[in-house]
Order: sequence, then C-alpha cells, then structure tokens
Amino acid sequence: MITVQGLTKRYAHNTAVDQISFEVQKGQIVGFLGPNGAGKTTTMRMLTCFLTPSGGTASVAGFDILEQPFEVKKRIGYLPETPPVYPEMRIAEYLMFVGRLKGLTGSDLRSRVDYSCERCAIADVKDKIIGKLSKGYRQRVGLAQAIIHNPGVLILDEPTAGLDPKQINETRDLIKSLAGDHTIILSTHILPEVSQTCEQVIIINKGKVVATDSVGNLQGRARSGESVLLEIGGRNGSLDPKAVQRKLEQVAGVTRVAFKEDGQRRAVFEVEGRKDRSLRGDLARAVVESGWDLNELRAASMSLEEVFLQLTGEETPAEMAGVAAGGQS
Amino acid sequence: MRNVWIICSKELRSYFVSPIGYFLLVMFAFIFGYFFWTDLYYVMQATMQAQMEGEPFPMDINEQVIRPLLSNMNVIALFFIPMITMRLFAEEKRSGTIELLATSPVHDIEIILGKWLAAVLMYGLMLLTSVFDFIFMFKYGNPNWKPVAIGYLGMLLQAGALLAIGTFISTLTKNQIIAGAATFGVCLLLFVLNWVSQFDTSTWAQVLSYMSVNGHFDSFARGVLDSKDAVFDVTVIFLGLFFTARSMESLRWRS
Repeated sequence: MITVQGLTKRYAHNTAVDQISFEVQKGQIVGFLGPNGAGKTTTMRMLTCFLTPSGGTASVAGFDILEQPFEVKKRIGYLPETPPVYPEMRIAEYLMFVGRLKGLTGSDLRSRVDYSCERCAIADVKDKIIGKLSKGYRQRVGLAQAIIHNPGVLILDEPTAGLDPKQINETRDLIKSLAGDHTIILSTHILPEVSQTCEQVIIINKGKVVATDSVGNLQGRARSGESVLLEIGGRNGSLDPKAVQRKLEQVAGVTRVAFKEDGQRRAVFEVEGRKDRSLRGDLARAVVESGWDLNELRAASMSLEEVFLQLTGEETPAEMAGVAAGGQS
Repeated sequence: MRNVWIICSKELRSYFVSPIGYFLLVMFAFIFGYFFWTDLYYVMQATMQAQMEGEPFPMDINEQVIRPLLSNMNVIALFFIPMITMRLFAEEKRSGTIELLATSPVHDIEIILGKWLAAVLMYGLMLLTSVFDFIFMFKYGNPNWKPVAIGYLGMLLQAGALLAIGTFISTLTKNQIIAGAATFGVCLLLFVLNWVSQFDTSTWAQVLSYMSVNGHFDSFARGVLDSKDAVFDVTVIFLGLFFTARSMESLRWRS
C-alpha cells in the first residue's frame, strides 16, 4: 500500500530525514516510533505531499508522491500533530467544508459527515463551536476530518499527544477500530502505545530507520531468552567468583554467565538461558547446594524500552523513565 | 473552479463569524457617509455664495461631488486593505490548518484564487454600503450614472491589485500583525510613488510615477475608462497572485 524508497529531506544546515525506506502492507497499523526530532513528522509530511522531498520517492496506493500528488492526496487522510481545525467553525460546518475540499458532494457528503461524526463519537456535539471544545474533542474532530473521504491510508501524527489517560485509551480504541478499512501509519514517542495499537513498528532515529519489525518480534528480541541477575554471598567470608561462575555454567539451559561485580563476600552475575527452561529454580538449587548464600535472584529481561534505547542509542535513564511514564494509562 | 468557490465561501463566512467583517462594513459606511456629506456640503455652500453674488455657478455633481468623493475613498481604502488580507494565509500558517489545505486534492492556485476572491468580494460588500448615499444623490440630484459606474469599477480594480499584494505578503509570515503592517507599508508606498513627478521629469521619475496606483485612479474617478489604467491594475493583480503561488510552492520546500 505504501512503499518508501530512499526518502530524504535536507534543510540548509541539517538532514531531517536521511534515506528512509520501508513498506507498509494493506490494512496494517504501523507505528512510527522515535524520539522527538527523529524525523517522524517530516516523513509524514512528505508522504502526504505537504513537503517536497530532497531525494528519493514514495508511492501510496500505487501513485507516486512526486508524479501524481493529486491522486495520492485523494487517498490519504492526514491528522497533523495539532488538529487542523478552524476554531470559529461549528463541527458539522467544518466537516462539510473538509468533505467538499476532498471532493465529496450532495447526499454522499452529508452521509459521510454523519458517518465520521458517529465513528469518532462527536455526533452529539456536532453543532458546537470547535474553539470551545476540549483538547480531546478537538482531536476527535481531527480524526473525523481525516476519515471523511474514506481514504485508503490514514496518517496520524502523534494522535494521543496531550490527551489525558482516559482520552488516550479512547483514541487508541478508535484507531484500532479503524484499522480494518484503512492502512494506518501513526507516529509516537510513547512505547506502550506501539505495543497496544500497532502490528508493525518502524523505529527511526536522527532521520534514519534503525529497525523495522513486528511488535511480536521486537518484544521477542527483548525477551529472546531469560536473563537473571544473581547476587551470591559466601558463607565463611570467602567467595571465589570463578568457582561460582563455573558452577552456574553447568546448570542446564544456561547459555551465558557474565560476572558483573565483586564485593566483600558477595558477587553479582548475570545469567542468560533459554526461555523454556525453569531456569531460576535450577539456578537457586545449584547455588544453595554448593553452600553459598543466595542473596538475590531477579529477572532482568530486556523491556521494550531497553530495546528502543539500545536501537536509538539513547543513554539517559531519566529520559527513558520519562518516556515510560508518558505512556502510562 | 468548484474548489475556488469552496475556499472562497469559507473565507467569506469567516469574515462574518468574527466581528471583523461587520467592523469593516460599518467603518467604511461611516467614513463614506462623512466624505459624502462634507463634499456635498462644500458644493452647496459654494453654490449659495455664487448665487448671492449673482454669478452663475456651473453645477456638475459628477465633477464636483462624486470625483473628489471617490478619490478620497480610494485613499481610505488603503487603511482597509491590510485588515482584509492580513489573516488570509498568516492565520492558516499559525494554526496549522494550512496543512489541511495543502494536503487536500486542491491546486495551490485554487486556494489562492479562492482567498483573493473572498477578499475582493469583502471589499465589494464594503462598497455596496455606499449605495445608501447614492440613493439620495440620484433622488435629489441628477448625476450621470455612467461615470459613477466607471469610478466604482476603478475602485474595485485598484483594490483587487492591492488585495493581491496583501495576499502575497500574508503568505510570508505567521504573524497577522506583521502581514498587516507590511501590507500597509507597501500599499502606502505604491500610493505616493507619483509624488516624485511633481519636481522631477527624468525617466526614472516617470517610471516610478507610472508604478503608483494612485496615478492610475484619477481617470477612473473622472469617469473615464482608460485601458492603460485597467491594464495596469490587472497586471498588478496577476503579479501579486503569481508571487503568492511561488511563495506557497516554497512552503513545500521549507515548511
């Protein structure tokens, strides 16, 4: 449905999007994930023919964005980061205007306006002035505007930004319910959003695609094996880390043992093993049977956040916490 | 053409969902009424004085009332033009709705024509308020209607030219105030360019003088339709809209 090849956007002093390529199949919901300033919005603006790329091209529903922008525009519904609404208009009036702009006429126009209102749960407020609506309602009007001409492709730029948790859930459900009829690309910097809404993820950072994968695979990559942290203490004051390591490596299912830190009479190891094994039980038994103390044993599997940070090369844990907190709902 | 009308009707309506449309109409009607009254009053005084002194006074409403009235109003239009055009694109750029227009299956030129046409119609509505004054003039006087019609055509043409310039300036900024102030400045300059011809007759002075919109209005005010002046206004309209189109295209590169 969407094919992007080497899409590039250069400005005078920086390259916002650098040789991006990916494909999106019909009917999929694809999450476009990346930190702020990664080039998500720029890419979306190029796909919607708002910006002209400096290089590369893309096709939407078989039409090239450079050769036939008119055909592309007819088939795309676009919700920019701030909903493109006229605050002085009433919702119904606004949707009629957008519908006409997208080429709808007569009874077709009226039925599509009613349908979009119904779908986005704004039918009961459609005579209200947009400027007086809350942020959540405005977002819904933005979505209604995007689906009004029944486009094959929906491009949504941070559709849940600035909403409260309840509204975020409602918007996500709405987007999911739209997936059957439309191919959807949505951008976000919130990780849980991707795992809850999308089937496919494209992670970009600094204008480049760093990973394209299904959510399942990505989470699989995060938890390909079980990773366990062990803190082991010595009984009689002495502990030989090498002996402990040897012992741990002998436990069935263990693929790797890494010595993390050494303290007085204690040592910390990170042990990776196959997922299907009852690894933790076996490890605990091995430690205790060897006469050592098992001070701590906890799962240390990589979360989606860590995969994301690993891929995008972000290092500040504070920022990571912020990302995670932003997605709580 | 359909798309031009969609944009145009939306723009026209947005003048009247905020107070700006009504404000423009009322202010224009008031100022027009004031000039109508002073011009008429002056002529009446002069007539009476001439009668008392026993001299015949050549009474010509077209020449003595309508011509100065339209010339005055044409200068006043200068103050209204920026208020009409300043929001056209600046507002869309600031609120992000330009993304809606630019990603809809509509050509840029249709957006531009729609907006410019709405501005011209808005100005046309303002001119319509002066009909009240002319009802009195035609009831109690006996002016020739043809020069009046040509004078109005001239006002509309010249406003069309200045509105095209204002439309262009509105695409350059997100800030309505800046768009308005810059439009006023440029229009004012275009008005006074012919002053140089009062003390200089060199080629440069003549070129500058030709570029002045004011110099091209006088024959309209006299009720003479000179193709040279009409062509000038149409050229400025064309250039203004052409630059607007180029400016919109450059948005797609810069954003």
